[in-house]
Amino acid sequence: MKHKTKSLEHIIHGIFLILGLITVGCVLLISVYLILSGLPAILEVGIADFLFGSSWEPSAAEPEYGILPFILTSIYGTAGAIIIGVPIGFLTAVYLAKMAPKKVKAVIQQAVSMLAGIPSVVYGLVGMIVLVPGIRKLFGIPDGSGLLAAIIVLAIMILPSIIKMSVTALEAVPKEFEDASLALGATPEETYFRVSVPAAKSGIAASVVLGVGRAIGEAMAVMMVAGNVPNMPDSIFQSVRFLTTAVASEMAYSVPGSLHRNALFSIALVLFLFIMLINATLNFFLKGDRTK
Amino acid sequence: MSTKRKIFRWAVRIGMGLATGITAALTLFLVGYVLIKGFPNISWELLSTSPSYISERIGILPDILNTVYIVIATLIIVIPLGVGAAIYLTEYAASKKLVGIIEYAAEALSGIPSIIYGLVGMLIFSNNMGTSLLAGALTLVIMNLPTIMRNTQESLKTVPQSYREGAFGLGAGKWRVIRTVVLPGCLDGVITGCILSVGRILGESAALLYTAGFAHVAYGFFDGLTQSGSTLTVALYVYAKERGEFGVAFAIASILMVLAFLINLSASMISKHHQRRNAA
Repeated sequence: MKHKTKSLEHIIHGIFLILGLITVGCVLLISVYLILSGLPAILEVGIADFLFGSSWEPSAAEPEYGILPFILTSIYGTAGAIIIGVPIGFLTAVYLAKMAPKKVKAVIQQAVSMLAGIPSVVYGLVGMIVLVPGIRKLFGIPDGSGLLAAIIVLAIMILPSIIKMSVTALEAVPKEFEDASLALGATPEETYFRVSVPAAKSGIAASVVLGVGRAIGEAMAVMMVAGNVPNMPDSIFQSVRFLTTAVASEMAYSVPGSLHRNALFSIALVLFLFIMLINATLNFFLKGDRTK
Repeated sequence: MSTKRKIFRWAVRIGMGLATGITAALTLFLVGYVLIKGFPNISWELLSTSPSYISERIGILPDILNTVYIVIATLIIVIPLGVGAAIYLTEYAASKKLVGIIEYAAEALSGIPSIIYGLVGMLIFSNNMGTSLLAGALTLVIMNLPTIMRNTQESLKTVPQSYREGAFGLGAGKWRVIRTVVLPGCLDGVITGCILSVGRILGESAALLYTAGFAHVAYGFFDGLTQSGSTLTVALYVYAKERGEFGVAFAIASILMVLAFLINLSASMISKHHQRRNAA
């Protein structure tokens, strides 16, 4: 009897070990699949031509597979979203964490959660109907869909991540720091911006990195407002294609097994590498916070 | 107070006011706009029929059913996996290094964008079993694994160590302790994880486009799982972007908006309940 229960315990331990390792297995599976399906096209096209080629014409007589326009669009689009979104998100977070009356704070935080829960296609839809015609009229250009529309949509979409994470970081600042500053005669505003914010800086930095990750990975909303033509992003009104939308928009009609489809997997691999880099940065900031 | 400090004070105040105002106004506008544009387009016919080219009718019943099926299928698979992983981490794992690796992997999973999940899901699942709701659900399982795992883990940490010790002291084996003491204690974590996952599944489109496809035919649960089908979110995308049916798109958007609101509400209610219980 005793022996039997003991072996049962061993079996159960083994089952839980397998379940525990499932996340690791999934990450490995995803990495291996992406590398295996993404590498062939990169090698066939040539890594320099693929990454730095400026024209993407997979269905031309002499097809070209340069993804520089997508890479630059993703970088510009994300940078633009960060430039608009971070100041708004950061200032809102400081207000919510430090100065807002309790009721206001509760209401705005509920609103921010709502913003986070709206599906990306809904952002895309409202962008298509409100933002794109708005940009067209405001700037008097023939088509409002393009980089600027995508940047605005992305800036709104990253707001909740930035606000939530920064509020958490700011709330974790020890009250003694602030009391000391106030007691020395600093105004509340000076205290929050010169004492609390520097103390929470790694959490706030992490929130920005999280925003970068969300912006660079967003596909559907961007697909609906960016115009989706593989142009170099020369101006903010240019109709452009992101790394994510490059994968999503041609997957349906590329022939399985063709160089065209394989090149789409290669784009996904490049995107994946970007994301892994961002994850590593995020971890760096979060660890910095923990060890302190 | 010097003028410089006064200027700083007012600049900061105005900045914070503006930023918070923008955030609040944006949310209000988005929610209001979608609801106002969407509600008039919702009709019983839209909700209760399948689309038909012959009578030029658009109905979203199949999309509603598909959404329900995919949520159920995903949760059925992901709950045991996520809860199991969390139990391993908090109850069994002895090596700190292994725990670190598993948690890092979970973090990496939650950072991967959904379009990549869609692509890998297509390669792993759809290419082997066809484009189907089940392939979509399996893709979503990987996506939601970290959510379920982390929430369960958090609530397992709140089960007092003395409960476990008491049970061990009475001679119970590890498995028995987990079954009778630990598992019941993590129920609210599992529920929170499920609610968050449902929210994510409802909003998901990029991961489903090439795994579950976009057919609009109504089936029963088990038949439906083997068929291609679009969820509400994917249907919204198809109607808005490919078909130019903005009325239907806004109707779906307003439904999704209401669902997102309900999910937020129940998540915050549960966390409040949880806090109160922990405080008591």
